[in-house]
Amino acid sequence: MFEIFGIPSQALFGQLLIGLINGSFYALLSLGLAVIFGMLNIINFTHGAQYMLGAFCAFFLLQYAGLGYWTALIVAPLAVGIFGMIIERLFLQWLYKLDHLYGLLLTFGLGLIIEGVFRNYFGSSGLPYRVPESLQGGQNLGFMFLPNYRAWVIVFSLFVCLATWFLIERTRLGAYLRAATENPTLVRAFGINVPRMITLTYGFGVGLAALAGVMAAPIYNVSPQMGADLIIVVFAVVVIGGMGSIMGAIVTGFGLGVVEGLTKVFFPEASNTVIFIIMAIVLLVRPAGLFGRGA
Amino acid sequence: MLDATRTPLLAVENLQAWYGESHILHGVDFEVHAGEVVTLLGRNGAGKTTTLKSVMGIVGNRTGSIRFEGKETINLPSNHIARLGIAFCPEERGIFASLDVKENLLLPPEVKPGGLPLEQIFELFPNLRERLGSSQGTKLSGGEQQMLAIGRILRTGARLLLLDEPTEGLAPVIIQQIGRTIRTLKQQGFTILLVEQNFRFASTVADRYYVMEHGRIIDRLANSELESKLDKLHEYLGV
Repeated sequence: MFEIFGIPSQALFGQLLIGLINGSFYALLSLGLAVIFGMLNIINFTHGAQYMLGAFCAFFLLQYAGLGYWTALIVAPLAVGIFGMIIERLFLQWLYKLDHLYGLLLTFGLGLIIEGVFRNYFGSSGLPYRVPESLQGGQNLGFMFLPNYRAWVIVFSLFVCLATWFLIERTRLGAYLRAATENPTLVRAFGINVPRMITLTYGFGVGLAALAGVMAAPIYNVSPQMGADLIIVVFAVVVIGGMGSIMGAIVTGFGLGVVEGLTKVFFPEASNTVIFIIMAIVLLVRPAGLFGRGA
Repeated sequence: MLDATRTPLLAVENLQAWYGESHILHGVDFEVHAGEVVTLLGRNGAGKTTTLKSVMGIVGNRTGSIRFEGKETINLPSNHIARLGIAFCPEERGIFASLDVKENLLLPPEVKPGGLPLEQIFELFPNLRERLGSSQGTKLSGGEQQMLAIGRILRTGARLLLLDEPTEGLAPVIIQQIGRTIRTLKQQGFTILLVEQNFRFASTVADRYYVMEHGRIIDRLANSELESKLDKLHEYLGV
């Protein structure tokens, strides 16, 4: 045990770890929002509910089908992603040509409905979900204790984020997506089924939220309002990073998680507001966000 | 060139089109035969671009008949029309800023076999080869962007090319290069429907012309009639 700036290393690195964990979820969620906004021009306020659905999906799989964490990690994002695609076909597709406000209201309302239904059946106390057997325990790194599951969450989130970035910025499919974000009419006139691509993109963004939900289940309790608590901060992250920027969402997600964690160590009173203070400053200095392209 | 007994590659009959409330095309009729270069002439706002966009299926509200290789396309979405072998090069060129030059060039998927290999596209547009490493497609000069916009649709195997004012705003030397390209493409059997304001340029590449005014075809002429009808053309085009 040693001290840095008069703070015991356990406390400092412990908060840093919590910051990275939170940052992982901020990054995954704001990445999904960025992908959806880029392609659909819709600010997906159902995102928090979809994250919660991912966690509940994992819970149901374990409870009623006996299928554990690893299965849930694949099945939950697929199931919630498909649910998202149904929402896109039923509701969102009619809103693309309207003002952002309509999409925002619709997705916000859907989120409230979904969360309300779950609160009605499951209360708000939260249901436990166990860390998978293979990731129980932890490592003593000397300066701190690192639970295996938390290390996994950070590494795997980072991997998913970078894989998504690669898919969008470096592959042919990603080129279609970027081009369709700029000029969907022309991309469609090249023979690409843009409406189907939009549906799949929404499903993918929603799937990312559900994936984050599954990963969060063993750390936080599975509860109907788990998404609502998180999503406000995530929207601040998106605003700071710049709406629609992929790398911006990833970097600001992790970065702000760490900033929040460090604030808890050095000035705990500000830890709940620091992200919003940063958001206010960024909005004043760079209204398009740190990584945004123009206003 | 005109052979009434052959089925035209593209046959447009009584085409009407609207943008929102405004009625742009009021019954357009024309046809294009395989291997021809046909030019739509007319003043600004005559409906030339809207005609091209209707053929491509980009104008949502259209009625009448557009048959490609005998197949009716008036109700097809543009991605299906593209798959039949029609490609569009828009007036504003449509180069994507978030894609680099190579990605722009490779963006349109192959819709039919028989597209030009990249080597041949670079022979037509040597500048493109040099610019392949460039970062952003929109950082190219106007002429290079136009070459990129034409080059990328040659790869796809589409046999009917719709070119909307490919010479607009370009330097004479680039216009000549685009003229040479169009003649080469014609030799290779491409069919081209061209929209032009510059009929001096059009006369160096086209076989036939249709003149449009107020959303209708008001005259048609072959390249050989151009000299004798020059006065009338000046009147049509207001030049």
